[in-house]
Amino acid sequence: MSGPADNAAKHHILSVLVENKPGVLARISGLFARRAFNIFSLAVSPTDDERVSRMTIVVDVESTSLEQVTKQLNKQINVIKINELHPTDAVERELMLVTVSAGADTRSQITELGAIFDAKIVDVGYDSMTLMAAGQPDQLDAMEDLLRPYGIEEIQRTGEIALPKLSRESTKLRSVKKPA
Amino acid sequence: MKLTGAQALIKSLEMMEVEVVFGLPGGAILPVYDPIIESPIRHILVRHEQGAGHMAEGYAMATGRPGVAMVTSGPAATNIVTPLCNAYMDSTPIVVITGQVARSAIGSDAFQECDTTGITMPVTKHNWLVQDTDELPRIVKEAFHVATTGRPGPVLIDVPKDVSNDTMEWYWPDEIDMPGYKPTIRGHRGMIKEAARLICDAQRPVIYAGGGILKARASEALRALAELAGIPVVTTLMARGAFPDDHELCLGMPGMHGNYTAVTSMQKCDLLLALGSRFDDRVTGKVDAFAPDAKVVHVDIDPAELGKVRRPEVPIVGDARFILEEMVEAVKAERDKRGDSLPDLAPWIDQINQWRERFPLKYDQEASGSLLPQFCIEKVRDMSPDDTIVAAGVGQHQMWTSQLWRFNHPYTWVNSGGLGTMGFAVPAAIGAKTGKPDRTVWAVDGDGCFQMTAQELVTATAERIPIKVALINNAYLGMVRQWQELFYEERYSEVYLSPDLPDYVKWAEAMGCVGLRCETPSDVEPAIEKANSIDDRPVVIDFRVDYKEKVYPMVPAGGPNDDIIMDPRYFAGGEDYTS
Repeated sequence: MSGPADNAAKHHILSVLVENKPGVLARISGLFARRAFNIFSLAVSPTDDERVSRMTIVVDVESTSLEQVTKQLNKQINVIKINELHPTDAVERELMLVTVSAGADTRSQITELGAIFDAKIVDVGYDSMTLMAAGQPDQLDAMEDLLRPYGIEEIQRTGEIALPKLSRESTKLRSVKKPA
Repeated sequence: MKLTGAQALIKSLEMMEVEVVFGLPGGAILPVYDPIIESPIRHILVRHEQGAGHMAEGYAMATGRPGVAMVTSGPAATNIVTPLCNAYMDSTPIVVITGQVARSAIGSDAFQECDTTGITMPVTKHNWLVQDTDELPRIVKEAFHVATTGRPGPVLIDVPKDVSNDTMEWYWPDEIDMPGYKPTIRGHRGMIKEAARLICDAQRPVIYAGGGILKARASEALRALAELAGIPVVTTLMARGAFPDDHELCLGMPGMHGNYTAVTSMQKCDLLLALGSRFDDRVTGKVDAFAPDAKVVHVDIDPAELGKVRRPEVPIVGDARFILEEMVEAVKAERDKRGDSLPDLAPWIDQINQWRERFPLKYDQEASGSLLPQFCIEKVRDMSPDDTIVAAGVGQHQMWTSQLWRFNHPYTWVNSGGLGTMGFAVPAAIGAKTGKPDRTVWAVDGDGCFQMTAQELVTATAERIPIKVALINNAYLGMVRQWQELFYEERYSEVYLSPDLPDYVKWAEAMGCVGLRCETPSDVEPAIEKANSIDDRPVVIDFRVDYKEKVYPMVPAGGPNDDIIMDPRYFAGGEDYTS
C-alpha cells in the first residue's frame, strides 16, 4: 500500500447516490471494469430514503480520467447524483476488524497498542485476539503496520465511507457583500 | 380491464405507435406472440435473430423512429447481442424485447436460460428485467424514452415467461419518473456566444459534422450556420447526407479513407467546429498530430464525449439542433457588433478548391479492362433516384460507397460505423425499406459480408420487401487483403473466398430473388436498369470485380493524418502534397 502522500495525489472519493434496484452494483462495477478504471475501495449502504443507496467509491486515477469516470457514471440511468469529495472537505472513516496472534506474553502490548488507536477488543481466544477500530484510512494503515510484527491472522476492512464536511461559516457572514 | 402481461406488452407497443416488429418466436416469448395475431402491428419473421436487430437499426436510421425487435431467450438473446453493440456504438435507437425463463427458474440453468440483462449491460444504454407484470407498461414507456432521448441508443426489456402469462389491471402511465435520467437539451448561452466569437475570428474554419447532426435532426440548422458563416463542412462516415454532397461547401468524408481535401482541411484549419462527432480514431489518426493548429468547439449531447479524446476550447453540452439555431443568431449578433472587420475566408476557400482540383477521388475504368468496383458503385448511384437509400456492409465496398455516392438528403445512408459489423447491409436495407417502402433501397455489399446474413433475403422475398443488392464480388475479404498487401509484405493469410463458390446468382434465385451477373463494363448498365425495373421481389447483382483494387486515400492506422497515402497510380508518392 502506498503512503498518504501518494494517496492524496491519486485517490479520489466519489460519493454516489444510486437507485436501490437489482443489478445496480453490477452496472457500476462493470462500467469500471470495461472502461479500465481502477476501484481502490467500494462501500455500499442504504440511506434514509429506502429507494436510494449510497456508494462511496475510492478510485485511483489522474484527475483528467476522473472526469471520464464521473461522466460515464453519470450516464448510468440508475445513478442519481455524484459528489466528488476532496479529502480536505470530507469526513472519511473506515472500519477494520483484525485478528492478531496474542499469547500471554504479548497480549498486554497489543491491548496498549490498540488503545492508542481507540480500538476495541471484540473477541479473545487462548492465543489470539480480535480488535475493532474505526478511523481515517491512513490511521488504520498505521495500526495495521504496527500490529503486523505480532502476526496478523485475519483482517477485514470495510473500505472508506465519507460525507462532506459541514460548513461552519455563519449564513449571516456569507451574505455580506464585498464593497464595490 | 384485466390483461395478461403478453397483451399488456403488445398494447404498450401500440401505445408507443410501433408499426412494425422484427422478430422470431421461441419458447420463453411464446405468450407474447399470441396477441400479435390480433394486433395491427406488422410482424416480420426473420431467419436469424441478428437479422431482426439489424433490421430494427436500418428502420431507425432511415425513419428516425425507434426500431423494435423481439426474440426469445437464451441463444436468441445472444444472437442479438451484435446488433445491440452495433446500435450502441452508432447511437441508434432500438428497443429489443427478449423472452426469459419463468422467474422461479431464473438462476437454475434452465433450458434456454441465459443472463440476458447481464450479457447486454455493456452494450445497451439501459436494460430491464421485468420482475412483475404490473411493471410492463411503465417499463415499455421508459424504454422508448431512454432509447430516443439524449444520446439515442439501444435498450432491452427481458420478460420472464410467467410475467407474460400473469394478469394485471391495464393502465398507461402519464408521466415518466426517472430521477437519474435528465439529458441536457439546451446549450450554455455563454459558451454559444464564445463559439460565435471564435467563428468570427477564424481564418481557416472547418465544420466536422458527425452522426449527432442526423440524430438531432439538425441538417437544416447545420446548413444555415455553414452558409451564414461560409464554413466548409466535412461529413463523417456516420454523417454522410447530413450536409448535401452537391453543396459547394461540402468537402465529403474525412478519416482513414477520407478524401484528400476533407482530411487536409481539418489538419490545416484554425477552428474546428465538432458538431455531434466524437473524435473517433478512424477520423483523427494519431490524436497528438490531429488538427494541430485548431481551436476546438465541441457540441455534443453526451457530456462524456467532451474532452474524452481532445480537450475543446469551447465545450457545449446539448441538442445539436437547438444549439446550432442559437449559434446562427449568436453569429449574426457578433457580426453586427463587428461591422466590416471580419477575416476574409476567400484565401482559405481558394486553397480548399485547389486541393479539390489536384486530388480528386480517381479510378480509370477501361472499356475492355477488368470491371472496377468503383465504376459499378457509381453506375448504381447514377442510375437510381436522387433520394435512394443505400445501405452498406463493412470493408472496401463500404468505403468506396461512402466516398463516391452523392448523398444529397439526410437519412439516405445506412451503415455500420463504430462496430464495423460485417453482414449489416442486407438486413439493414430490409429494415430501411420497411420503414420507407416508397423509396428505392440499394444494399451495396461485399461477398464476405453477404455470406454472413444473406439468408434474410428469404425474409425479404416472403414479406415482399423488394430491396436491391449490389454485390461487389472480388472473391476476397478485400479490406483485410489490402492490409496484408500493404502492411504484411503481401503475405495473404486466409482472405481468399472464390468468385463462384457459392454461385451468387443461383443462391439469389433459390431465395426467391432475381439474380443477375456482370462480368464486363458493358454488362453493368443493362443489369442495373433491369434491377431498377423490378419492384415485386428482391434483386441481387453479382458484380465480378477486380480483386486488385484498393481503397485510397489511406492513412495507416495510428499514423498522423499528414501521412495520407494517395493512389500511387495517379499521384506521386512521398512528396509533401500540401507544398
